[in-house]
Amino acid sequence: MVTAQVISNEARQEIEKLFHHLPHKQAACIDALKIVQKYNRWVSDEALQELAPILEMSVHEIDSVATFYNIIFRRPVGRHVILLCNSVSCWIMGYEEIKKALKDKLKIDFGMTTKDDRFTFLPIPCLGTCDHAPAMIIDEDLYRDLKPDQLDEILAKYE
Amino acid sequence: MERPLTEHIKQDGTPLSLKEYEAVGGYQGLRNALKVSPADVMNVVKDSKLRGRGGAGFPTGVKWSFVPMGDNAPSPKYIVANGDEMEPGTFKDRLLVEGNPHQLIEGMIISAYAIGASMSYIFLRWAYHEAAKRIQYALNEAYEAGYLGKNILGSPFSLEMDLHTSVGRYICGEETALLNALEGKRANPRNKPPFPQVSGLFGKPTIVNNVETFSNIPHILAKGAQWYISLSKSEGGGGTKLYGASGKVKRPAIWELPLGTTLGEVIEEHAGGMQDGYKLRGLLPGGASTDFLTPDQMNIKLDFEEVAKAGSRMGTGTIIVMDDKTCPVGMCLNLEQFFAQESCGWCTPCREGLPWTAKILLALEEGNGKPEDIDHLTFQTHYNAPGNTFCALAPGAMEPLQSALKHFREDFDEHIHTHRCKYQHG
Repeated sequence: MVTAQVISNEARQEIEKLFHHLPHKQAACIDALKIVQKYNRWVSDEALQELAPILEMSVHEIDSVATFYNIIFRRPVGRHVILLCNSVSCWIMGYEEIKKALKDKLKIDFGMTTKDDRFTFLPIPCLGTCDHAPAMIIDEDLYRDLKPDQLDEILAKYE
Repeated sequence: MERPLTEHIKQDGTPLSLKEYEAVGGYQGLRNALKVSPADVMNVVKDSKLRGRGGAGFPTGVKWSFVPMGDNAPSPKYIVANGDEMEPGTFKDRLLVEGNPHQLIEGMIISAYAIGASMSYIFLRWAYHEAAKRIQYALNEAYEAGYLGKNILGSPFSLEMDLHTSVGRYICGEETALLNALEGKRANPRNKPPFPQVSGLFGKPTIVNNVETFSNIPHILAKGAQWYISLSKSEGGGGTKLYGASGKVKRPAIWELPLGTTLGEVIEEHAGGMQDGYKLRGLLPGGASTDFLTPDQMNIKLDFEEVAKAGSRMGTGTIIVMDDKTCPVGMCLNLEQFFAQESCGWCTPCREGLPWTAKILLALEEGNGKPEDIDHLTFQTHYNAPGNTFCALAPGAMEPLQSALKHFREDFDEHIHTHRCKYQHG
């Protein structure tokens, strides 16, 4: 029986390139998870099973790593991920207001994905741009000095 | 006033290219280093009184001196730059890696030469996407110019350097946890001893220093230890320091100033004082895991000794300002929720104590506080004290709370007695 492969050959080749500088394959675990996520948006159980022999680790070992880190997603996410900083400087400078505005616009709370699969909305610790708080990252784009009335324009950039 | 780390960083936000960096004296420190022995380089750094800029302030040259040297030393040895910068309220290393990545790379190459390392990693936090691109570009330039790779500048010394972008956890900033993350594992801290200088990455001798620490090294080698000491206003260490401020000040930013600049000068002259309509109530002098200082302490010098004497820590030197319209209990709640979430779960006081602390603070904020909650919170500050936990995360988490209980006790009591939070937050 042939089952569908969730890690593409392209992703697999990219993972294998990581082993070059490393004393053992396990050391590439985090970068391998990032590569899987780059191609698949998130890391599924099936992906872990396919990764295990590539990294010479057990599925559970890889899962213990995958679930440890903040931005490895073990549940499906939408086409774009909104990461809103909820740490102290942003909190002082108006995080609650931005959070409420985003919740109202997206009609979802933290940890949820919009019905059209367009956005997943997550809180994230300090983004290291505290002199321009409040701040958020959408995909890889940083937005700073946020005001609620800018949000429509920002969200419109993401299909 | 000299600002060696930042004076050449461009105002337009673009990084210095290799050519631009060389034109302002870049890689001269490395050339000087390669003319003398590794032991000489280590001595210059020791003499400069450079102390680690990641928060703990350990003398850099002394840290290096624990690395086994000589023909029988284990190999390979590693140099790792800690660019995790996840301490809430801290944004100083971002300026250095975005503005002048070659300065970091040069500092790491010199450090690698001093300890005999042949492999090096820049451990960068995931959120610094722009910095990652710039570092990768600078690494390529450095390889092409012969500053990295085999036989650097024609010398017998060779070094490889890679960029590792993290996937986010505060504990990765702890140096042994960072090494576990680099090995592809969960970032739990390791037992010390053995210290990383002896048994670090993949069990080999490893030096982990903060990005700002490494960025000082080229200047020390280019201009000497005495010059470096003369930059400082502090008895306890040499050089300048990147200070910053966030919160409701007029001009939140980062400034490179002499180590030992006073708190008042940073807040009043550089940050421009408080925004109109806000008064200073308290501040965390060096990130989330430092004790509150109060407006009557503005004369203290921001260096490792003076801030400690005042009852706090210099930490990262990036100040989080609390104004009179921000709730101290709510601010502690925000901080403790962060620490509870970011606990790696390895030891019991931290894994259990921090969520417990956050839960009590949430109850206070929601009007459900009880008089005995003050005792419970005080208990947590002892339960999570240094010596009871595996690493410094939980003791750090207790620093803002224990000092808030001291300085802003009336706010805690008022939340309990009136069953509400009178501030707009929370």
